[in-house]
Formats: sequence, structure tokens, C-alpha cells
Amino acid sequence: MDATNPLVTTPSPLRASRVRPGRRVADRALRISCLVATVVGAVVLGSILLMLIVEGIRGLSPTLFTQPTPGPGSEGGGIANAILGSLVLTTIGIVVATPVGVMAGTYLAEYGRGSKLADIIRFLNDVLLSAPSILIGLFVYTLMVRPMGTYSGWAGGVALAIIAVPVIVRTTEDMLRLVPGTLREAGAALGAPPSKVITSVTWRAASSGIVTGIILALARIAGETAPLLFTALNNNSWFSPNLMGGVANLPVMIYQFALSPYPNWQGLAWAGALLITTTILALSIIARLVIKPQNAR
Amino acid sequence: MPALSQSIAIAETRSTPRRGPSRGLDAVFRTCSYAAALLVLLVLAGILGSILYGGWPVFREFGFGFLTSSAWNIGTEQYGALVAVIGTLASAVIALLIGVPVSLGIAIFLTQLCPGWARKPVAMTIELLAAVPSIIYGMWGLFIFAPIFARFVQIPLSNLVEGLPVVGTLLYARVPSGVGIFTAGIILAIMIVPFIASIARDMLDQIPTVLRESAYGIGCTTWEVVRHVLVPQAAVSIIGAIMLGLGRALGETMAVTFVVGNANRLSASIFDPSSTIASRIANEFNEADGLQLNALMALGCILFVITFIVLIVARLLTRRVRAA
Repeated sequence: MDATNPLVTTPSPLRASRVRPGRRVADRALRISCLVATVVGAVVLGSILLMLIVEGIRGLSPTLFTQPTPGPGSEGGGIANAILGSLVLTTIGIVVATPVGVMAGTYLAEYGRGSKLADIIRFLNDVLLSAPSILIGLFVYTLMVRPMGTYSGWAGGVALAIIAVPVIVRTTEDMLRLVPGTLREAGAALGAPPSKVITSVTWRAASSGIVTGIILALARIAGETAPLLFTALNNNSWFSPNLMGGVANLPVMIYQFALSPYPNWQGLAWAGALLITTTILALSIIARLVIKPQNAR
Repeated sequence: MPALSQSIAIAETRSTPRRGPSRGLDAVFRTCSYAAALLVLLVLAGILGSILYGGWPVFREFGFGFLTSSAWNIGTEQYGALVAVIGTLASAVIALLIGVPVSLGIAIFLTQLCPGWARKPVAMTIELLAAVPSIIYGMWGLFIFAPIFARFVQIPLSNLVEGLPVVGTLLYARVPSGVGIFTAGIILAIMIVPFIASIARDMLDQIPTVLRESAYGIGCTTWEVVRHVLVPQAAVSIIGAIMLGLGRALGETMAVTFVVGNANRLSASIFDPSSTIASRIANEFNEADGLQLNALMALGCILFVITFIVLIVARLLTRRVRAA
């Protein structure tokens, strides 16, 4: 450890006596406890991944991607309907959230500079960013499930969109602010109106950052469970394209199956958990790779 | 900016005919972005409005007694929030007590002690912990952590403290199954560590190197540099980061639902199963009807108030520093 910091080299025996033992003990304790904290963090992540891989591979079966979830007590089955449902729900979520989030972020960064309203919206967006997702589930339940009288994939998609919007707003605004003002001025000097400058100059300059925000939002909503419990719920039947009634999805399937007494359900839950976690970790890593050239500039 | 608008104004007077359709488009674009930004406000208002509307019958029926009653009886339609509120606060406090030292340790390790080559991978590992969905933490907590915890901590500890005053009630597990408020607190701690650690790391990185080097120059040890130079500099924003973690711990649902035990019981022992607001809503909402549904919505209101106060304070603390 000492080698990393040239300013605190190991003292020679003669000088060591000048450092009070109390100071040395405090310093040693800090270094060791910081190292232990980091190791604990890494061990927990490793243990989670190990658990997922061991149990998930045990849960893999040839019918996993071809059959829908089995009913209580019946053998075999797969999670094909849950995978498809999750894809549809997250797609609805991200398709709804992207235009809203990018436009709102654009307003905050381009039009709302210095305005009080923009300050308030920016602040509340930050609050919404870490709001409990279960409250968003309750909101969409009241807004959509109650009036429509049934759980639906649309409600699930909207709930996911509400979670994704603040993430996209935040990254879009941050990335647009990194674009130098001279680019905008150059565009305006050519006679382009503000909307033209934004769409073909600033957005283009910030595109990789905005895409990163969308990928991060995707990673965030792909594993969300709580809001889906009250909106999309789940069902065991094959996917139906009108999205009314419950729509099977991976997170709720994992929740219900992991706590069930049937071994084949538990196996499917583990397989689903492995699938969803690898997808999300891959998305997070991709998002970091996309943002890299942006930071280097 | 004035120069920009002037130049546009001049351009407009010269070529008015060509500018017509484009200006209309411009206004539409501007209005769209304005509307999208307002939507963020509307959503927040909608969340508050919908749970207030849903919880109103319960607030009207039980009044302030809803907060102080520990009843949760579906048969007699008696509902009180006390157990869930205490469970929420207790698990969040345990999470902070465990999570804050660990995350500060990680932040200090990453900024002060870690050799350069290891910095990026270690930071990435910690950040990936934040991306793992909460339901996975729940499964890990229930299937991996709880059995180990019951066997190596709860059972020996229960045997040790049985019959003793105070600690005997506080640490005695009637059913040493590994699930309970304390386990929920530990899982929450693991979940908030990446958030607090990454914000704290950013704040420590922002402190000018000169300050650090001059402290080392007069012979300070690493501990003294951290204690007397870095912590005072970053204190406000670190408190903001901790509040942010607290907000997350209060509202976390799925992981807690797995490990908290879901009992409506007021117990003095931190090892006994209980519930939090979020776990109760997640557990009962789909089968709830009538007044029970309203009671769950009312619990949601309480959660909204608690978390939003915490989050607003957190954002104010972290923002003030960024502006300075």
C-alpha cells in the first residue's frame, strides 16, 4: 500500500520512533478498513454473480425459450412468454420515454437557461430520478388500471416510461450543456432557426451522450419489478398482442416463481434471473463504452 | 445571446417569404419541448394526487390515529400504519449504520489508497452493483445470505443473550430463520453503498490536490489527511449523498419484500420479521379491496411524504456544493 503514495513512505527505524504509536495505529486502521470495505463490495458482487450462474445454469432447459410458463404443479415449461412480454413492455417504455425525455432535456438545456421554471423542473426531475418506483406503480394503477378495469401491458409500459423519463432528461441535458456555444452560434449565423440549430447541430454533437442516457434508462427499467406488480401483473398463457389483461414479464415471473413451492418454477425463476441480470450488466457496460469518446473530448 | 437574436431579427427582415414555414416549425418544436418539460411536473403532481385520492377514505375514517395504530386487521377493517412506518425507518437506519462507513471506506480507498491500475476496474465493479436489479438482491438475501446469517449469527447470538436484560430482547430471535428487519437493513446497505460511494468519490476527487499534498508535506498520516482535510471539505455533499442513499433505502421494495418476513408485529427484537411500507404494499395490493386498498394507498402517501422530504434535502445539499 505504501508504495502507492510516495509522500508517506515507510519511515526509517530512527524516524519511526518520532511518530506516536497512536497516530500510526489510526493510520493503519484506516487503510485496512478501507481495503476491507472495498473487498466486501467486490465479494458481494462476485457472490451474486456466482449464485446466478450456478442456479441459473441448473435452471436452463431446452424448452426455456420455446414454451410458456407452466401452470401450478405441471412439469416442464419455459419462460418464452415472459421474455417476449418483457421485451414488449420495455420497448413501449423506452419508445414513450425517449421523445419526452429528449425534448424535456432539450428545453432545460437550450430554451430554459436562467428561467425559474426550468430550475424547478430540473430540481423535481432529480427528485423523481430516485423516487420509489412502487409509488409510480400506484399512480399508474389509479390512472390506467382502475379506469380500464383490467391489468394491461399498456399500463406496464407507461409505468416503465415514467421511470425512464427522468434518466433520459438528466443525461440529455448534461450532454447538451457540454456542446460548446460557438457551434450554436455558427449554426445561427448561417441563418438557421433555433429548432434547426438544435436538431442538426447540438443534438448531433451530443448524440453519443444522449444514446448513453437511453441505454442507461433501458438498463434501469429492464429489471423493475414493483411498478409492474400493479400494472402488467403476470399470466401463464401465451402472449396476446392486444396487451389487455395480465402480460407475462420476467421480473414479476421471477418474483412469483422464486417464492413458489414448485421446484420447476424455482428453476425457471433462476434461469430468468440469470438472463435478466446478464442483459442489464451488458447494457450498463455498453453504456460506459459509448460514453467514453464523449469524455475524452 | 443579444447578438444572436439581433442577427436573427435582421435575417428575418431581409428574407421574410422564405422564413414563413420554418418559423412555424420552430414554434411547434419549442412548444413540444416546453410541453415535455411540463410533463415531468405533471407526473409528480399526478403521483401525489393519485395516492392522496386513493388514501383519502382512510385518512377520513381513522384520522391521525392511522399513524399511531399498530392494527392491521382485514376482517375487522382496522388499519394502522405504525408497524410499517417503524419497520421502514428501522431498516433504513440499520442500512445507513452499516452502509455509510463501508461506502466512505470504498470512496477513500478509490481516491487515496488504490494503485492507479486497479482504480478503474474496482470503480466499475462497485458501480455495476448499482445496476443489479433489486429483485436479484432479494433472491440473494433470501436464498444465500439468510441461511448463513441464521446459522452463524442469529442462533449463536440468541443462545448467548437469552434471558439477559435489554440485549436479550433486542437481539433474541424467536424464530432464527435469517429473515427480519436486520437482514432487510443489511441488504439495503449493500444496495445503497454503490450510490453513496460513487457520489462521495466524485466529491473527494474534486478537492484540489494542493490541499492534500500540503497536509502530507507537514507530516500528516493518511488518516489525518482524511480526517482533517478531506472530510471537512466534502462534508456537506457527503451528507447529501447519504440522504440520497436514505431516500433509496426508504422506498426500496422488492429486495425488502423477500427478506423482511412480512409480519404485522411490533417487536423489540431487530431479528424478528416485520414489514416496511413498500413491502406491505407489494405484498397485499393485488388481493386488496375496498378499505384495505385505501389503507395501502394511505401508506403510499406516508412513504411519499417521508422520501420526498429526504430526497429534496439531499438534492439541496448536493446542489449547493456544485454551485459553489
